[in-house]
Amino acid sequence: MRIEGKGLIDRSKPVRFQFDDIGHTAYAGDTVASALLAKGQRLMGRSFKYHRPRGVLTAGSEEPNALLTVGRGAAQEPNVRATMQEVYDGLEARSQNAWPSLKTDLMGINDLAWPFLGAGFYYKTFMWPRGFWERFYEPIIRRAAGLGGLSGQNNPDKYERAYAFCNLLVIGAGPAGLMAALVAGRAGADVILVDEDSRMGGRLNAETYEIDGMQGHAWAEAVVAELQSMDNVRLMTRTTVTGAYDQGTYAALERVNTHRRLRPDGAPLETFWRIATKRAILAAGALERPIAFENNDRPGIMTAGAVRAYLNRWGVSPGQRVAVFGNNDDAHRTATDLAAAGVEVAALIDSRPDVQVSDASFPVLAGAMVTGSTGRLGLTSVMVKTANSERQIDVDCLAMSGGWNPTVHLTCHMNGRPTWREDIASFVPTPGSVLGLVSAGACNGDFSTADCLAAGAEAAKAALKELGQKAPRASLPKADNTPYALSPLWAVPGKGRAWLDFQNDVTVKDVKQAATENFRSVEHMKRYTTQGMATDQGKNSNVAALAILADATGRGIPETGTTTFRPPYTPVSIAAMGAGAQGAGFAPQRLTTSHAISIEMGAPMIEAGLWYRPSYFPRKGETTWRQSCDREVGYVREAVGVCDVSTLGKIDIQGPGAAALLDFVYTNMFSTLKVGRVRYGLMLREDGHVMDDGTTARLGKHHFVMTTTTAAAGNVMRHLEFVHQALMPDLDVRFTSVTEQWAQFAVAGPKSRALLNELLETPVDDDNWPFMACGAVTVTVAGVAGRLFRISFSGEHAYEVAVPARYGESLFKLLVARAESMGGGAYGMEALNVLRIEKGHITHAEIHGRTTAFDIGFGRMISAKKDCIGKTMAAREGMIDPEREQLVGFKPINAKKELTAGAHVFNQRDEATRVNDQGYVTSVGFSPTLGHFIGMGFVKRGSERMGETLRIVDQMRDLETDVEICSPVFFDPEGGRTRG
Amino acid sequence: MRLTCPICGERDRREFYYQGDAVALRRPAPDAGDDPWADYVHLRDNPAGETRDLWQHDGGCGAWVVVTRNTVTHEVLATVLAEDAARARS
Repeated sequence: MRIEGKGLIDRSKPVRFQFDDIGHTAYAGDTVASALLAKGQRLMGRSFKYHRPRGVLTAGSEEPNALLTVGRGAAQEPNVRATMQEVYDGLEARSQNAWPSLKTDLMGINDLAWPFLGAGFYYKTFMWPRGFWERFYEPIIRRAAGLGGLSGQNNPDKYERAYAFCNLLVIGAGPAGLMAALVAGRAGADVILVDEDSRMGGRLNAETYEIDGMQGHAWAEAVVAELQSMDNVRLMTRTTVTGAYDQGTYAALERVNTHRRLRPDGAPLETFWRIATKRAILAAGALERPIAFENNDRPGIMTAGAVRAYLNRWGVSPGQRVAVFGNNDDAHRTATDLAAAGVEVAALIDSRPDVQVSDASFPVLAGAMVTGSTGRLGLTSVMVKTANSERQIDVDCLAMSGGWNPTVHLTCHMNGRPTWREDIASFVPTPGSVLGLVSAGACNGDFSTADCLAAGAEAAKAALKELGQKAPRASLPKADNTPYALSPLWAVPGKGRAWLDFQNDVTVKDVKQAATENFRSVEHMKRYTTQGMATDQGKNSNVAALAILADATGRGIPETGTTTFRPPYTPVSIAAMGAGAQGAGFAPQRLTTSHAISIEMGAPMIEAGLWYRPSYFPRKGETTWRQSCDREVGYVREAVGVCDVSTLGKIDIQGPGAAALLDFVYTNMFSTLKVGRVRYGLMLREDGHVMDDGTTARLGKHHFVMTTTTAAAGNVMRHLEFVHQALMPDLDVRFTSVTEQWAQFAVAGPKSRALLNELLETPVDDDNWPFMACGAVTVTVAGVAGRLFRISFSGEHAYEVAVPARYGESLFKLLVARAESMGGGAYGMEALNVLRIEKGHITHAEIHGRTTAFDIGFGRMISAKKDCIGKTMAAREGMIDPEREQLVGFKPINAKKELTAGAHVFNQRDEATRVNDQGYVTSVGFSPTLGHFIGMGFVKRGSERMGETLRIVDQMRDLETDVEICSPVFFDPEGGRTRG
Repeated sequence: MRLTCPICGERDRREFYYQGDAVALRRPAPDAGDDPWADYVHLRDNPAGETRDLWQHDGGCGAWVVVTRNTVTHEVLATVLAEDAARARS
């Protein structure tokens, strides 16, 4: 119910929203939780396992029970905490994990079966029969247990990633955080102050404390106003710092627009921040813990601090008649505040026998405990046991407090372990756990407002000093300094189920059972019982659970220790972390200059690394890709074909040391290469395996252009830089990647020279342009200065012609048009692949990282006259063992049989098992030139086994073929076509 | 995590490519024998504490950088150009 005159909501601004299809009116400033409590709705969810009716337990981001699904259709968001969701006009929220409705949930039957469903139930029960787990048990359990669901549609919401830098990050804007930001801000420091609430002030908004004679929230408002006026201070609300990382890097999730229905154009729903700071102050406050007693989970039972927050911040009393149960003085404030607001306080029940409350306007039961409760869908009464009596008190709300746990989480994100403090019966951060971060205020165990203000100011001064800035003299505002006193009470003795982890339905019994079954380590207990898992990560329950474990195992709490706190502190949408990387933004796309025309020509594109290349160029009447491919192979073998080869890596190498460097990275000599000539080169890794291959042209005495395979371009560039900088730093040489600066096209086939001579200013012939010649100086192609190389991957008389990328599209069009007029045309990757297999040319299918120069038949390419990368290791015994698998060609005995890449090779009479393996097939294609399938691959002692018949077996595709081992060069082995 | 490139200054870790232990700077002579070569190519220490490794600022100037860092605290203690480290050795 609403309490007149209380709360920081705007009663002049009513807001309409829906919960489970029922319309409600709330006020601006309300959360779904405060709005529903104002309507007397206590039931807000069903628990994970037993489907127990549950209401809101807290008033903050630690909420375990009141999880909702917000929005509809593709934009729906599951597991939103009702305590964090601000209401807005048109908000649609629905309860989860209940069917057919929240009030009548049929899965509530699980609760009746509770004696069978305790910790370890699944592990013990669903053991047999073995195959049943995946097909039967798991789907059923998954359906019964659960949180909210995803829509299954693409998320239409926009998310952002952003970066911020500052000198001092203050995490939390309660009294300690505000004071720290104020001191640092006034000193002129570059400060970011972050708070997860929509309104800064922390507990000051939820309490009736006074600071300097002002109401706490008014003081906070004034400080925020002053901070807002400072250019050197940035304030971020609705932003949760979720993780602490190396070197002062913090992750934070900003809920930019979760509080309104209509967003400004293009504005994101959430932004994931990376904040880099020199110093940080953690002022994250503390979280209140419940007390475990029988049926302590009924809707209407919540933490005492939450009751005060609903009353003081939102002007809502969660009940008409409220009892307060605690083990500490702080809980008394709930009774006092409620009574002052005119709410009936049925009793203040304090477990400490010696407690005294002066001027109480309500019954005080000292040395008493709540032992149970009634009310199926909402609390109706509590059972209270005093030293000499037991009675039932009718209430619809119970405020409980087992004390406060400092929010130490961020200090543990980098392996830090918190320290136990007996006087507050909780853990505090261990100083130095995160470099550059200090804790101040309640998160450090300082619970009074005055202590928080002082600690905040101190932390700021210390940070300023480390930043080399002067701290101004500041007097501390006057505030409450009541000491915090408590006597630990984790669980009220009793027989029934007393809940610890509300979200995962873990009871005191479950923890004791884990201890009995020897899951004594806190980490084992957690995994066995699921204590502290799921969206709230046990923020309310972990300390109590380990206290009970400590008791059950006869150890102290410090020895028992805590489980590991890991990021994120609160859930972070994957969509926010991965913002910008959805759909087409998932990976960068590299497009050639002929891309648009190739698409226009109907070519399907295939990905090669980040590049897109045309597979083939279909013609009218062709129904399969093979028809197109065969035709394109024919262009090259019979007339002339044109192919964009710009994606191959091109590295410009210049300097007096260029030749020496190439001699060292390639196995063969390059210093002897004449200017105006191209040479094929083989590169090894230092471990002796082949790294990459390609041609390198010498354009001048100190000027080379290296080509690499498309996939290895980046690696080779990095390798060259490494060899130069780390191994030969005194060589005068520089490398520049020019892959994207030059558009390069292969013009291949018997008519290639005729075609090119139509475009070149100076025609070429065999005398001045023999095989492996290149333009020593630039050549003029269609009026543009370009480069020409007489090299061939297809085995035909062929050239590669390069022009600056801006002319690429025009040249491609021109070349294709001329080729078509000569009976040829464009060819794609499929034809290129068939052409190179016909010639036995290798690609990364063969040099896949485990093959040596010896294996591919290039052993003699390792020059004896010089050292090179990989030479020593390539000479190891095992690397030149004649038993190794060597490159061979495969021809099917039956010309109609298909070959498949990935198939393995066996002797004809051997069974197709691993021990009999003779090798494998790496590349295959149908050769239209030869009229049958051809393949390449590796076979043990392959070079000695030419003509032998072996069997290849493809166990994945269930194919088997007899093949003849042959030379991998199927076509024109003498190379006459290339040279002629 | 940020690394200070000796040429470009402090930059985000994403601008760098990680290679591995800086042992790669100490290439043995071709005839040094099997053990030094096996050490160089295959064997790496896995220290809890200070370690030196090689990163390339490939999203920036392309420099190879020797980074001295602590594997326990994740502190970056020093960065020098691999080029300078290699020269200092010879």
